[in-house]
Amino acid sequence: MESVSPNIGSFLDREYEAGFVTEVESVSLPKGLSEDTIRQLSARKREPEFMLEWRLQAYRRWLEMETPEWAMVDFPPIDFQDIVYYSAPKSKADGPKSLDEVDPELLRTYEKLGVPLHERARLAGVAVDAVFDSVSVATTFRKQLAEVGVIFCSFSEAVQEHPELVRKYLGTVVPPGDNFYAALNSAVFSDGSFVFIPKGVRCPMELSTYFRINARDTGQFERTLIIAEEGASVSYLEGCTAPMRDENQLHAAVVELVALDDAKIKYSTVQNWYPGDKDGKGGIYNFVTKRGDCRGARSRISWTQVETGSAITWKYPSVVLRGDDSVGEFYSVALSNHRQQADTGTKMIHMGRNTSSTIISKGISAGHGSNTYRGLVRVTPKAENARNYTQCDSLLIGKECAAHTFPTIEAQNPSAHVEHEATTSRVSEDQLFYAMQRGLSAEDAVSMIVNGFCKEVFKELPMEFAVEAQKLLGVSLEGSVG
Amino acid sequence: MLEIKDLHVKIGQKEILRGLDLSVGAGEVHAIMGPNGSGKSTLAQVLAGRENFHIESGSITWNGRDLCSMPIEERAREGLFMAFQYPIEIPGVSNAYFLRAAVNAVRRHRGEPELDAMDFLTLVKAEMKTVGMKEEFLYRSVNEGFSGGEKKRNEVLQMSLLQPSLAVLDETDSGLDIDALRVVAEGVNRLRSPDRALIVITHYQRLLEYIVPDHVHVLSAGRIAHSGGRELALELEERGYGWIKKEAVQGKEASA
Repeated sequence: MESVSPNIGSFLDREYEAGFVTEVESVSLPKGLSEDTIRQLSARKREPEFMLEWRLQAYRRWLEMETPEWAMVDFPPIDFQDIVYYSAPKSKADGPKSLDEVDPELLRTYEKLGVPLHERARLAGVAVDAVFDSVSVATTFRKQLAEVGVIFCSFSEAVQEHPELVRKYLGTVVPPGDNFYAALNSAVFSDGSFVFIPKGVRCPMELSTYFRINARDTGQFERTLIIAEEGASVSYLEGCTAPMRDENQLHAAVVELVALDDAKIKYSTVQNWYPGDKDGKGGIYNFVTKRGDCRGARSRISWTQVETGSAITWKYPSVVLRGDDSVGEFYSVALSNHRQQADTGTKMIHMGRNTSSTIISKGISAGHGSNTYRGLVRVTPKAENARNYTQCDSLLIGKECAAHTFPTIEAQNPSAHVEHEATTSRVSEDQLFYAMQRGLSAEDAVSMIVNGFCKEVFKELPMEFAVEAQKLLGVSLEGSVG
Repeated sequence: MLEIKDLHVKIGQKEILRGLDLSVGAGEVHAIMGPNGSGKSTLAQVLAGRENFHIESGSITWNGRDLCSMPIEERAREGLFMAFQYPIEIPGVSNAYFLRAAVNAVRRHRGEPELDAMDFLTLVKAEMKTVGMKEEFLYRSVNEGFSGGEKKRNEVLQMSLLQPSLAVLDETDSGLDIDALRVVAEGVNRLRSPDRALIVITHYQRLLEYIVPDHVHVLSAGRIAHSGGRELALELEERGYGWIKKEAVQGKEASA
């Protein structure tokens, strides 16, 4: 393609709609990180001793670690002393409240973002945990969930009310010393969501967390822990936005999933952090460690992600297939436009017998964006009959963007079957001309092509999220025809 | 309905159309013939609005409007349809979705209600039957992996669905076997009506046995070198394009 018609450009230049700032008074710790910061943070959250100890150990590990340099991303060094590690809306500082006591300004913020927290406003029945800067401001539908034994609350509450569960599972999937950002998170994580689905229970509604970074200079370090006991199942959704600011903000989260025998966890993310402006100024650094542990036999963990935001994405939602006959899945759409950089992918670690995994990755690069798929499929010596299928497709829009693929396959058992397919294609002028000659606008034509490219991933998303994801990519829903 | 006057078109530095005049009235079928490189496809692309052609001078008036100032999609929505010589593949996008998006874009423009999935399926399945396409083509990606004949049938299907007021068929007959040729011709003939005009661009007169034109024009060196009735097509079949080229050269010398 010689040139991209100006219409594509304007489509790609769409406004970031979630870029507003909410005026709320907040209580913050001063900038900087030390053992003292961690003690203050822990004290403020009235944490039990074991939690503080765990944090301090992680911090000491972190001090000895170095920032990972291997990813295809480029950014100036981060000054970790120039970040506020804890910021909470003032009204929240006194501890958890019922929805009626939440600052109306916060409720309005979530409404504006399309996530009304008032339970009566929700028809579809999706329970939401709303995390604003460093704290969870509200969790809906808790009572209904408690009736079937499901625990869905903020991480801070879980530490208070279910310390035995936290202690049993925290850090068992992503140990504090796993990597630089995981160690940092372990030391300073301020809140997040906690989900526990007891034996044999199918969670009666979709659970979701909505992350919002609002305060200036603040890093968001949340931690999510989801445990599905034997035979339990849950579908969990995660959404994220941030105001438009000129400075970069750090988001370093850790998500741990534990699936016991016959349990199923489906984790979906629509990530729409502020990506920075056209010239690459501002935006979120999204450095996240997500990992699921198929601990039990016949367990299943599925990651679906749609990544449209962040200045830099560094994220590899992975599955450890420990249980026999366990299944891991990764479905991803990552869009990088303007100066955005995404280095994302997955790891599938096959350990049990007869384990199988599927990886479908769709990378879209536009503008000066750079999109990298990085994946590891490892079949350990004892993993008899492991199966993996990987499909890794890149779509280029324009001629200044880049797509890279780094698949690694380590098969240490001769019975392994590992398949890898990859394609690279480009939205061509011929395609646009053809669609426009049939009456479609350039915008609709690009959307249609992008949407078609992402279809295999979108169909894995829960219905509500699929709609949001397509809107995010500027596309209209491909209806029931076809 | 369509009035082309003294049209000069360049691609890059090369002048392809050099003073083309053409007048097409409602209800008429015009065949445009000519040797390779005479500018036939350029004419089709310019009418559809392809951007890499530069209009140096001249005018195209369509239903009283300046066609050149209309964006590609607006021409389409106003009823201009071009059947592509080489239909484009769009992987990942199902034919059904593409067709419905096109039909609804045109309907929206006309202020008609959009067709929902069910109504559209009823309509499209009926049309597919007439053009002899299997239903499975609805669920395959647009033109992807279609044979040459299947692609052309798909073009005719789109034309039937969109019911254009001006259809331009760019060498739709090239590479078709006799059955596919008949389908194309029948599709075109069904569309003939007093308020529609058709421009059939072709290299061979074979197609014109099935689509009987009201006027035949021979394009040579970027202009209409000869016009006549359907008998002109037969004459070309017999004598080839050589004499037209000779005439064109002489005409050019005479005017120089």
